[in-house]
Amino acid sequence: METLINDFSPGLFAVQTILLLLLIFLMVKFAWKPILGSITEREEGIQDALDAAEKAKREMANLQADNERLLQEARLERETMIKEARELKTKMIAEAEADAQAQAHKMIEQAQAAIEGEKKAAMAELKTHVAGLSLEIAEKVVRKELSNKDKQLELVETMLGEATLN
Amino acid sequence: MYNLIGAGLIVIGAGFGLGQIGGKAMEGIARQPEAAGKIQTAMIIVAALLEGLAFGALILGK
Amino acid sequence: MKIFQQSFKFFALIVLVFLSTTIYAYSSNEDGGEIDTREEVDAYISHHLQDSHDFALFSYTNDEGERKHFGFPLPVILWSSNGLVTFMSSEFHHNDDGDVIVEKNGSKFAKIHSKIYELEAGAEAVDFDEEHHATNAARVLDFSITKSVVGILVIGLLMFFWFVRLAKQYKKKQIPTGFGRVLEPLVLYVRDEISRPNIGEKHYRKFTGYLLTVFFFIWLLNMVGLTPLGFNVTGQIAVTASLAIFTLIIYAFSGNKDFWMHILWMPGVPILIRPILAVIELVGTFIIKPFSLLVRLFANITAGHTVIMALIAIMFVMKDTLGVAGATGLSFILSVLIMFIEVLVAFLQAYIFTMLSALFIGMAVAEHDHGHDVEHETADVEDVRGDFI
Repeated sequence: METLINDFSPGLFAVQTILLLLLIFLMVKFAWKPILGSITEREEGIQDALDAAEKAKREMANLQADNERLLQEARLERETMIKEARELKTKMIAEAEADAQAQAHKMIEQAQAAIEGEKKAAMAELKTHVAGLSLEIAEKVVRKELSNKDKQLELVETMLGEATLN
Repeated sequence: MYNLIGAGLIVIGAGFGLGQIGGKAMEGIARQPEAAGKIQTAMIIVAALLEGLAFGALILGK
Repeated sequence: MKIFQQSFKFFALIVLVFLSTTIYAYSSNEDGGEIDTREEVDAYISHHLQDSHDFALFSYTNDEGERKHFGFPLPVILWSSNGLVTFMSSEFHHNDDGDVIVEKNGSKFAKIHSKIYELEAGAEAVDFDEEHHATNAARVLDFSITKSVVGILVIGLLMFFWFVRLAKQYKKKQIPTGFGRVLEPLVLYVRDEISRPNIGEKHYRKFTGYLLTVFFFIWLLNMVGLTPLGFNVTGQIAVTASLAIFTLIIYAFSGNKDFWMHILWMPGVPILIRPILAVIELVGTFIIKPFSLLVRLFANITAGHTVIMALIAIMFVMKDTLGVAGATGLSFILSVLIMFIEVLVAFLQAYIFTMLSALFIGMAVAEHDHGHDVEHETADVEDVRGDFI
């Protein structure tokens, strides 16, 4: 302790104190303030840039999600449209088929009705014809009967045979 | 002569203390290696305080 | 590279200014000679640990047996009983035993063990008692530009030059170039590892400037102390005392109400113990803390210098037992090893001084959450009973 106090130089202490005070003052004013200010500014700049990048990324993600959603919707819409079109097509085909069938049916029926009519008419005509023929035959037969019995029979037979051939 | 004995005693004490600090810090670091930085800083501070004490005693006795 | 060139130019300029005007070779017969014995080594080391009034570079003995010293003298500024006295230290002719008396302004001065004494009126020569204390001379207030002051000035100018350059670089671009790239991480280290965690996010900005200055000041001076120039600035008790008192003043004046409250009237302890605690806290805060700061730095650097010089002295002291080559080799290996440790210590001591300053300042400005006065909440009986039923 004694040597310590003996070694202590008050003059050096005073000079050191003054110089250190001066040094601290000058360094703070001309060096540390600008340096720390610039470093803080730079750090804040970096932080801001990072934040902005993060924000942009999030926005990008949102945008992408939106796009995805829109795409999904469009896909769904397309599918429903295709489905509807397909249904329409089958329906149209079915309808056309039914129509055609109905038409055909109708035409066949008409044809059948016409045929029936013709047939009836023909039958009627045939009946009248046969009746006339029968009457004629009968007239002839009667006339022949009156002349020759055998001949009459023969005639009837011939006539009938002819009639059948006719 | 007496102050040399005193200095020896101080060094024994300080050495024991430093050993304790260092040893415990090592144990702490081994247990939690992720806290190594914090433990080291605390260790250096405590070691410095101990050192100040030991030097103080050495100089007072000189 | 540019910064190195510029630093070199700057250094060269300073050295040249000194050398061109004042380099001189002076001779003295009485001082030393070669240093061979243990006692001479001890004397040499203790002489080195002292502050010096002239800047000695090297010395040798010439063929006529004269001791020649190379270096330059530094101005001596004294506050004597007859007022301010200035002269160059060369007037002492490198004498350190009080044999050379310098008479100025009617006062007589002698230099004994690197300290300047003023002789009492009428005395012609310094008288010594058995313990080699001067009996008819008194210490005089010495504001000389000693070797330590030169060291402080050079390092101060160097710091100012480097960091102002770095500050200017930021004006042009965001990232420094050249030597600034070395300095910037150090500045960031002090700010982020020392100042910010110890003082706290709220107040650290105010004190970072002081901590940075002190850190670089101590570190660079420690490093300069390891060069062969022979500075021992941070090993001067006056210098470390000044640094410690700066820290003391800063934390004493920036202490908030809680800080003083915890010193003078500790909350949370019985009233009767409070005055005793106040005394302990006062002594701890205003004497022990700064004392430990100043003594730690001083003792570490002094011990480092002593050990290195003692190891170098192995070369001379053990010359006879180990032979010249053996003694030189042993001395060389040991001093290189201890030099590595000293480089680490130079940084560590700067770090610890700054760290503890930050810690003390942090204690002074810390905002406590007031947990002391609140009684511990006693558990509600009904709640506890609820657990059992």
